[in-house]
Amino acid sequence: MKKLPSTLPNMLCVLTLISVIAAGALAYVNKITAGPIEENKARTLAEGINSVLGVTDAQVQDTKTVQDANGNDVILYSTDKGMAVQAIDPNGFGGTLKVLVGFSEEGTIKGYTVLEHAETPGLGAKASFWFQKGEKGDIIGKNPGEKELTVSKDGGEVDAITASTITSRAFLRAVNAAFHAYAGASAPADAQSGASAQQTSIHN
Amino acid sequence: MKYIKILWNGILKENPTFVLLLGMCPTLGTTSSAINGMSMGLATMAVLIFSNFIISCIKNLIPDQVRIPSYIVVIASLVTALQMFMQAYTPEVYKTLGLFIPLIVVNCIILGRAEAFAAKNGPVESIFDGLGIGLGFTIALTLLGGIRELLGTGKLFGATLYSENYGMLLFVLAPGAFIALGYLIAVVKKTMKI
Repeated sequence: MKKLPSTLPNMLCVLTLISVIAAGALAYVNKITAGPIEENKARTLAEGINSVLGVTDAQVQDTKTVQDANGNDVILYSTDKGMAVQAIDPNGFGGTLKVLVGFSEEGTIKGYTVLEHAETPGLGAKASFWFQKGEKGDIIGKNPGEKELTVSKDGGEVDAITASTITSRAFLRAVNAAFHAYAGASAPADAQSGASAQQTSIHN
Repeated sequence: MKYIKILWNGILKENPTFVLLLGMCPTLGTTSSAINGMSMGLATMAVLIFSNFIISCIKNLIPDQVRIPSYIVVIASLVTALQMFMQAYTPEVYKTLGLFIPLIVVNCIILGRAEAFAAKNGPVESIFDGLGIGLGFTIALTLLGGIRELLGTGKLFGATLYSENYGMLLFVLAPGAFIALGYLIAVVKKTMKI
């Protein structure tokens, strides 16, 4: 077959046709993958909530989104086993850091997990285990309400990740933001209640 | 015989990383570990095989003056589809590579092969060319990722070979990627006589 000559109608028809076929194919792929993608997200979240609360069968009863002092969304997941809070800090070394923190009734940290990050592998990426129980920067069991969590360089008690102070600061800021949202939610009368609570309840 | 020659051409003689030096952005960006490099190589290979095949099939329907936008639409659709499939069925890989997957669209290896090979050859040859170039890219990225992971963190494919405390941090970071790639190209050129 001879190659189509580059006339205006030819070019218009070919480009339109290719775009329409491509859009159709993508719509189909989107249709078959949308379900599994949603399931994955829900499963990742459920696993995260279980791990930060130290249980295996937490049921999310209520979801609430509030804004922290810097206007970032903080999501509170109330479960039958305690509260898990998802907070972000946009000023990590490589971008936004998203953490999920579990709190006990008194406000001490029960566990945490890093949901999303763009930190350097081998440096900032260590945040996922550096602050866990028994590690060098252990924050488990600490209460950010008694004393704001800061790295030792800034006069705090938490050992920063070696050579990754920026990541450590961002991480602790996110944890503190999570705590304030948690404290604001459990004691609505105190100063934190200024956080505009947008009730988006999902009951399961 | 012809197909094996096309395959070898992609893996060695026209290796996209060591010889053509194409696609440097994903090469340096994703090779912080062997497994990351390999996943990126395989993802690119999948797109390359399909894009080569499709473009080779429709090459006579596309008027010359609009061939580049047409190729880009085909490639971008394939990459978007791949991204959705990875998000759905291999979420772990997607988590580490997510940021780089959309960049496959502008990876010059893919458009380069579409222009230089698929637009001039038949569909079967084009599939083999995609396979060869893709394998060459995967091998190069895995090698580079392995070297950086070993020197930087003391691990290889996640298995610890020596303590991370003795690792050279430089190799995990971008400058280490340039240094390792430079030496790797030198060694490959010398030993393979290409």
